[in-house]
Amino acid sequence: MIARAVVTVLAGALFGLGLTMSSMIQPEVVLGFLRGQDMGLALVMGGAIAITLPVYQLLPRLRPAPLLGGTFGRKASPLDRRLVLGAAIFGIGWGICGVCPGPAITGLGVGDLDLLWALGGIVVGAWLQGRLAP
Amino acid sequence: MGALFPHGWVHFLAGGLVIGLGVSLLFALTGRVGGLSTVYTSSWSWFSALPYFQQDRFVRERGWRLLYSVGLVLGAAAWWLATGEGGQGTGLSPGRLVVGGVLVGFGARLGNGCTSGHGICGLASLDRPSLVAVLTFMGAAFVTAWLVPA
Repeated sequence: MIARAVVTVLAGALFGLGLTMSSMIQPEVVLGFLRGQDMGLALVMGGAIAITLPVYQLLPRLRPAPLLGGTFGRKASPLDRRLVLGAAIFGIGWGICGVCPGPAITGLGVGDLDLLWALGGIVVGAWLQGRLAP
Repeated sequence: MGALFPHGWVHFLAGGLVIGLGVSLLFALTGRVGGLSTVYTSSWSWFSALPYFQQDRFVRERGWRLLYSVGLVLGAAAWWLATGEGGQGTGLSPGRLVVGGVLVGFGARLGNGCTSGHGICGLASLDRPSLVAVLTFMGAAFVTAWLVPA
């Protein structure tokens, strides 16, 4: 239980470190990618997928369970209108502010208080989604 | 290379690899799939009695997802301590950050994932719906960023 908690914090810390060193917590860098001025974001996603893909694909075939017990989870979303509509709305917001959910939280760690505006917006947006959900 | 990466490319690739290590470590040891948008919904389960937030899947996961988010902040702080590169702030107006943020939060939760959930975890799972989501939000973001003035 404690070990799983420690690993979860450590994994989050690596994620936050990676987002920070790759400047993904700077909205201008993200918007620069979206405007075709700097392909950096593609390299960040590509690098992350290059490590994660073999682990996600091979580990569940090689081992019956995660090293600390439990079961291997799976990212699985139904392909429906909700997913496409949500992704489109997310993309529009992302194109406006250049901040996605991870960096909005991560920015706190470097004292970037400007990102609190975006963080607050995301918190409200998530509430609205739950409030309006059928 | 210079035209594609005017600010260099090593830190982008290195950051991506470190992110991949974090997501992989979480999966290998705990089996958890570490996207970053669910925490916004699961954390509301502590404050809101709305049935949507009280669903078992959110209540069950809210603890580790919050810890994972605490890790994000700690990782960024470690970088700040090690390099002295703190938050540079942004020239974007608060209004723009809030409006964009509300759409990001609403859309990512409606679509069940964001850049990390669909983009990294979903694509690494070879999940077709995630590929559709990534192409959709990338397309929408490209168009929006072109239309909205810098």
